[in-house]
Amino acid sequence: MATLDTTTADITLDPNEPPAPHKHPYHLVDPSPWPLLASFSGAALLFGIVLWSHYNIHWMFGLGIVGVLASMFLWWRDVVRESKQPGVHTPIVRIGLRYGMALFIASEVMFFVAFFWAFFHFALYPEHVAGATEHVWPPQGIHTFDPFGLPFLNTMILLLSGCTVTWAHHALIEGDRKGMLQGLALTVALGLFFTTLQAIEYSEAPFAFHGGGIYPSTFFLATGFHGFHVIVGTIFLLVCLIRGWRGDFTPRRHFGFEAAAWYWHFVDVVWLFLFVCIYVWGAGPIAEH
Amino acid sequence: MAHAAHDTHGHDDHHDHTPGFVSRWFFSTNHKDIGTLYIIFSVVAACLGVGLSVLMRMELQEPGLQIFANGQMWNAMVSAHGLVMVFFVVMPALIGGFGNWFVPIMIGAPDMAFPRLNNISFWLLVPAFMLLGSSMFVGQGAGAGWTIYPPLSDSAYQSGPSMDMALFALHLAGASSILGAANFITTIFNMRAPGMTLHKMPLFVWAMLVTAFLLLLSVPVLGGAITMLITDRNFGTAFFKPEGGGDPVLFQHLFWFFGHPEVYIMILPAFGIVSHVLSTFSRKPIFGYLGMAYAMVAIGVVGFVVWAHHMFTSGISVDTRAYFMAATMIIAVPTGIKIFSWIATMWGGSLQLKTPMLFAIGFVFLFTVGGVTGVKLANAGVDVILHNTYYVIAHFHYVLSLGAVFGIYAGFYYWIGKMSGYQYPEFWGKVHFWMTFVGVNITFFPMHFLGAQGMPRRYPDYPDAFAGWNLVASIGSYISAASFLVFIYVVFLTFARKEKAAANPWGEGATTLEWQVSSPPPFHTFDELPRIR
Repeated sequence: MATLDTTTADITLDPNEPPAPHKHPYHLVDPSPWPLLASFSGAALLFGIVLWSHYNIHWMFGLGIVGVLASMFLWWRDVVRESKQPGVHTPIVRIGLRYGMALFIASEVMFFVAFFWAFFHFALYPEHVAGATEHVWPPQGIHTFDPFGLPFLNTMILLLSGCTVTWAHHALIEGDRKGMLQGLALTVALGLFFTTLQAIEYSEAPFAFHGGGIYPSTFFLATGFHGFHVIVGTIFLLVCLIRGWRGDFTPRRHFGFEAAAWYWHFVDVVWLFLFVCIYVWGAGPIAEH
Repeated sequence: MAHAAHDTHGHDDHHDHTPGFVSRWFFSTNHKDIGTLYIIFSVVAACLGVGLSVLMRMELQEPGLQIFANGQMWNAMVSAHGLVMVFFVVMPALIGGFGNWFVPIMIGAPDMAFPRLNNISFWLLVPAFMLLGSSMFVGQGAGAGWTIYPPLSDSAYQSGPSMDMALFALHLAGASSILGAANFITTIFNMRAPGMTLHKMPLFVWAMLVTAFLLLLSVPVLGGAITMLITDRNFGTAFFKPEGGGDPVLFQHLFWFFGHPEVYIMILPAFGIVSHVLSTFSRKPIFGYLGMAYAMVAIGVVGFVVWAHHMFTSGISVDTRAYFMAATMIIAVPTGIKIFSWIATMWGGSLQLKTPMLFAIGFVFLFTVGGVTGVKLANAGVDVILHNTYYVIAHFHYVLSLGAVFGIYAGFYYWIGKMSGYQYPEFWGKVHFWMTFVGVNITFFPMHFLGAQGMPRRYPDYPDAFAGWNLVASIGSYISAASFLVFIYVVFLTFARKEKAAANPWGEGATTLEWQVSSPPPFHTFDELPRIR
């Protein structure tokens, strides 16, 4: 203990630090109105849900949606503009952006943990299902999707989209602009394809979301939040496609693209867990169409 | 890492002068200004939280219903008190306030990693607080306790919009915490000045690092849980509804997987502050620096696997209870390391009993009391008797309302000169300490007796047999509330007297970087990065 003897080291301000325009490599951001707009819009959106479900008042929800979308657009437009200014997104700032994105994805993983926890609480311990005469999962009377129908096709689509986004990344690193745009466009298309198939699957569900009991609750919230993340990821990739087309990315600097790819892979991995756990392992008697 | 070209867009312009009022306080991207906003917000929220607690003690001062019309109204006030204190007083003060102010300075960084994100973390709390506060006045109020267990929080029992408003307030506060946590972790890992290795980092920064990880990994689980609660209430799902096959105990698991790390989220930053204050006013380096740092890491890690000790009476199996009992008691080991190291830090030091030091010593004493009752409650068999009694109320108020709040006050007196440039009045600071210390002990110590005698929590009324100690507790709470007014007076005096604070008013015991810059520090602290040897 004696070697590290204080809460801090002996500290002095070094007068010999080499002079530079900023004197440090960090990005001091200008004051911005978007955080304020975003937080009050987000609150309006959530309060709008309360007004909608209790008083059938819709305008607050709409106002919130518009405000959130507007502040996202304006805020990220500023980030994109800053990235083009010399000396703002220095190498160390770009490392910070990587930390930020990785930590955000980590928090997203924990959000999905809650829904998987709910699923396994009942699927691993069917005796937790209240009122059941027989302890089985899925609960008696529930028919499930054939996992090797649409869900398996969706698995293949997402895995393929993981390949195409990697193709786009390699093309970007090689300076192959056409390949990057093709790869990204294909990834966006596959994302849209997935969402379409998921919508078709939902419309054919052999169980009802509203009032259908515990199985549809776990199924629809887990797959539904995944579907929402697919849509978000698709938009993220679409923004990257537009930015790539406008020439924002260089073979050395393209963190916006990488962040979208990380996010896409995260969404992909969540799907694999959903597919294996809920669709395959958790399958019951298969519903017929 | 010098820049080749000068930035024409003008963010260099701000290095020397501060932006205008609206820009500075509403569009802020400055960690010190955002920290100040958090502290002001926390004091405003504390007025509501303290006010509600006084109302509760007025009601419980004698048997019978005094000021509350019914149990639902009582429950709504109790729930609001808990949620306000946890999410809008303690967390904003310790994490948003002191964390924002001093983490960047202590590691020699010019600001936080994501300054705009920092601002949204603060501003999300404002509408969240408005939603929660107004939920008390809408319909029946949200009366399901701060733990919002179903079925009481279901639409069958809290049918109005107020419960949904409270839940969405938690969503907003949670988003604020998650974004803030990512910001702190990135700042600490990526922006330490040259030479500031992890093992040289001040203990407050270590505390904030562990806290941020706990927030990042636990708050999203609460987000999932309250999302399920909201869909159960409004959109026809059945996660926690037995009539649809659901299980209310699932909510308890999800809630406490968040809730237990949450209690460490509230106390770890106070640990950090107390370490600095004890070391400064003992004129000694902290005893066992590395042990202190890794004890916090251990508390954080083990804190994730003890959640079901809050659920000993929920019907979980004997084996499960045995595991959670053992795991919980293990936390006493790293906590003991901290207590003994604090005492060893003071041992043989030249103690100066300034106000921050009084609060820090008070913290060590009161937190130890709360920790000991915690070990007692960790026994699954004993907890069956004490669960949901005033013994539990006494326990968690000793660690939080006395522990965490004493940490906040210690930090306030330690740093107010640094933050404002004006030193606090020593005499009134000491008056504040002694009034608080006496008041909170008179309030909460009798609750041990009430709990041991079986008085349950969350009732506005009680049998006559409990009247004596309840009267004592109520008198204590009036003293505590009066001490809060003294604190407001101290703040007023600090800014009215304008007694200039020196860069380092505490002498050689204060070794961290914030004491090397002026009081208050310049708008951008480090134009040149300090080099740590």
